[in-house]
Amino acid sequence: MSEHPKDKPTLKDTIRQAANESFPPTPPRATVTPPAPATRPPTGKSGRRAAAAKRKDFPWFLGFFRITTVRIISQTVFFSLFVFLIWVTWFSRLGGYPVSLFLETDPLVSVATALSTGTVYRGLFKALWVLIPTLILGRVFCNWMCPYGTLHQFVGWVFNIRSNKNDIEKNRYRPIYQLKYIILAVFLILSAFGSLQIGLLDPICLLVRTCVVTVSPAMDLSSMALAKFLVDTNVTWVDPSFLSTSPGATDQRVFYGAWFVGALIIALVGMNLVIPRFFCRVLCPLGAFLGVLSRFSLWRIDRDVTKCTDCDLCLKGCAGASDPQAALRKSECFVCFNCIDDCPEDALSFRLTPLPAKDRIVGNIKAGTASLFGKKVISKISETEIKGPDLPRRRWVFASIGGVLAYPFLRLSAAVNDRGFNEKVIRPPGSVEESEFLERCIKCDQCISVCPTNVLQPSTLAQGGLEGLWTPVMDFSIGFCQLNCTLCSEVCPTGAIQKISLEKKLGAEEHVEEGPIRLGTAFFNRGRCLPWAMETPCVVCEEVCPTSPKAIGTYDEEVTRWDGTKVMLNRPYMRPELCIGCGICEHECPVIDDAAVYVTAVGETRSKNRSLLLESKDPQSGT
Amino acid sequence: MSDHDEHRKLERRAFLKQAGMVALLASGATWSALAPAGAPFSLRDPDGERGKSKRKTIHLPENGYAVEASSVHSHLGVARGSDVDAMIRASVAAIGGIDRFIQRDDIVVIKPNVAFERSAPLGATTNPEVLKALVRLVREAHPKEIRVADNPIESPESCFVRSGIRQAAIDVGARVMLPTPGDFETINVPGATWIEEWPFFWSPFRNATKVIGVAPVKDHNLCAASMTTKNWYGLLGGRRNQFHQDIHGIISDLALMLKPTFVVLDGTRVLYRNGPTGGTLGDVREGRTIVASTDSLAADSFGWDMLLERKGIERPDYFAQVAGRGLGNPEWTEVSIREEQVG
Repeated sequence: MSEHPKDKPTLKDTIRQAANESFPPTPPRATVTPPAPATRPPTGKSGRRAAAAKRKDFPWFLGFFRITTVRIISQTVFFSLFVFLIWVTWFSRLGGYPVSLFLETDPLVSVATALSTGTVYRGLFKALWVLIPTLILGRVFCNWMCPYGTLHQFVGWVFNIRSNKNDIEKNRYRPIYQLKYIILAVFLILSAFGSLQIGLLDPICLLVRTCVVTVSPAMDLSSMALAKFLVDTNVTWVDPSFLSTSPGATDQRVFYGAWFVGALIIALVGMNLVIPRFFCRVLCPLGAFLGVLSRFSLWRIDRDVTKCTDCDLCLKGCAGASDPQAALRKSECFVCFNCIDDCPEDALSFRLTPLPAKDRIVGNIKAGTASLFGKKVISKISETEIKGPDLPRRRWVFASIGGVLAYPFLRLSAAVNDRGFNEKVIRPPGSVEESEFLERCIKCDQCISVCPTNVLQPSTLAQGGLEGLWTPVMDFSIGFCQLNCTLCSEVCPTGAIQKISLEKKLGAEEHVEEGPIRLGTAFFNRGRCLPWAMETPCVVCEEVCPTSPKAIGTYDEEVTRWDGTKVMLNRPYMRPELCIGCGICEHECPVIDDAAVYVTAVGETRSKNRSLLLESKDPQSGT
Repeated sequence: MSDHDEHRKLERRAFLKQAGMVALLASGATWSALAPAGAPFSLRDPDGERGKSKRKTIHLPENGYAVEASSVHSHLGVARGSDVDAMIRASVAAIGGIDRFIQRDDIVVIKPNVAFERSAPLGATTNPEVLKALVRLVREAHPKEIRVADNPIESPESCFVRSGIRQAAIDVGARVMLPTPGDFETINVPGATWIEEWPFFWSPFRNATKVIGVAPVKDHNLCAASMTTKNWYGLLGGRRNQFHQDIHGIISDLALMLKPTFVVLDGTRVLYRNGPTGGTLGDVREGRTIVASTDSLAADSFGWDMLLERKGIERPDYFAQVAGRGLGNPEWTEVSIREEQVG
């Protein structure tokens, strides 16, 4: 701004007259910044509003109905909707809400799963709701709907301490912004091979996962603290359970690796202080995907070279770093409209298929003799558009090779294939066979969110390797799979956990032939079992075993203990053909550190290769 | 004064201010670290005891929630039939009528058995119709509040919904209270063998004046039968899976811990095998009986003989243990009983 040449006013006046405008000379700035040099043009929004009011072109309040205001309202609505849908992802709140809405409308989820499975599961067609607007308007999703983008923008705005000049510099395009296209290429190629890894960085998956694993439990904790406080102060008119994301859960929910998921979001969001919209510009594979699509978009921001004075003020709030001051990078533009709002010359507009000005300019720009359709060209930059992503072809090739190599690197890790699988990777009921599971699971962790017993946990690197990271596995020391519950299968957006009926889970009615869904098989460790090893009565495991008849039986035996007392011991054993691997025995076992009865994945229904017993058609086993 | 002196003077003032601040902070720190434990602002903790968290323990009323004994009324009211409303009414009438037990402004806790996530017909939980009828009857005595609470084995919300207890309670205007981590306090049960100090589902009992248990009749893999006395298991939290190491002793402790206003034995369905979880309708048979009693143990003995139909088979050990503590009569035939056929 300070470089705004003083010797230009005559030129400027000319433009203004040409544009038929009566711009007041340096209207007062209403912001709290120290008095600006007199040469500063009116940059603040309030300054422009005041200017507009002085002009009396339109009533003052119309100033609030700017397109950027509408955009902020849209972002608020979508963000609130997102939070609401996270909040209702719980047994007593579900009530038919489309909890997977954001995940299903995420085009990267749909396209990547279509690549990996060759199908579009259940609600994933909803991605069209984002895909089509992108093809018409560009990356509107990023700055109008995406809750993660909203979070980044909001944090960047609240904690911004930069001067306007510095803002402009921070919003210039940088080559590092190519990285997201490389990430996208690697992910898509991996998907085509059958390894779905988009969930690691897809913004919706990432945000849902973060909410599930860190934010929700934190909310529960504060709800509990508030409840305690209210009881202590005898306040009864407010019920703090609305704050809780798991009302009615007996224990505070805990999640493996919560610290890491939490640290990651703090780091990613914190990067906004260094580079605005760091995640969106540098890492976001969904943004990259929409960026590739938006090269075709019909509308784009267009710069009128006959008005543009190359002041760069459009960069002040540019969310995507898309160079609106020069050749607009269509693939980077988030369509936030800040540039239009900030342009003091009204040189920018959002237009349907604008003509590239460059070829139509007559005369020499450097000599100042250029004109476009008879109007004098003011800007020194004649290009107005760069269509596709700025990633050189050789880098696309490099990225593709990376993707091709990543598949064997990941899949040949012993943790995920049948030959070296981790026995504690026990998948939720309805899950498809492991290799298909990895084609579908986007690590959004919605199943983990809705699980009423907290048994579902995000897999650690140790359990599933990088490929299985954050996918749902059961940990029976924390919870157990509740017999009459199929909630995880209801909320899975991609069919990694197929939507199953309760009858199918239990092997009832028309599913009697198939029998119940088994998650694994329970085993006794007689060396740790109280009745077996310690002459102490117990059999909690038999009591809680939910099958009928029970999968745990007992050998009843009266023994004389070391001190001469007689004690009746019910020594438990497994009836493996009845066991469904629900893990309630392991969960309730009083030997809590390393349970005397424990479930492992062998015998799970979903995998023939991991079966334990000879297949039996005994109707007894199908109860 | 020269400029130089002036400068020094200002420096001295600044020095005094700064030194004063240092002295203040240093003496404050010294005081809080070294002053004896009782003194104000003292943080001193020479042996580490002061820093440990103090656990609050709560006590239930010494004589429990029972009303005054009566020589006029029966101890056991048995109603047979199929109209649950009439059966509840008749059985409670037999032991003195609801007005004997509940007064205006009472806060009543009703404890059903909602231990498992099973639908009502499977008999693993209290029949919601019985709960409804009971709440309606209690309501006639105009209590201030009726709370329905239990701490199930499986996830509380699912259990309350699947069993129909939640809807039943809401239908008749009772307040459902589910356990959350903040709802537990350590209870002190004087004289108990195992649970002298144990986490207790306290929130529903805050300011409560009456307690009614309403339990189904269930077979039990370990203690043979789970009825009104075993029902109090659902009020405890903590490491309940240790209870099985002496389940009869625990049940005896439960009888000591909670002396109810009265109990209702819900014999409309009997889970006669594969308990306490059940799982198929084949494990359940119609009982067509409701028992109200001021003597839990007598009610349980009635359930053992007449509903589980195990008359003649040796009673579980807890009967003798509870009776030994003088907390009930293990022979229903020895207490006053009124039986009625209704509906």
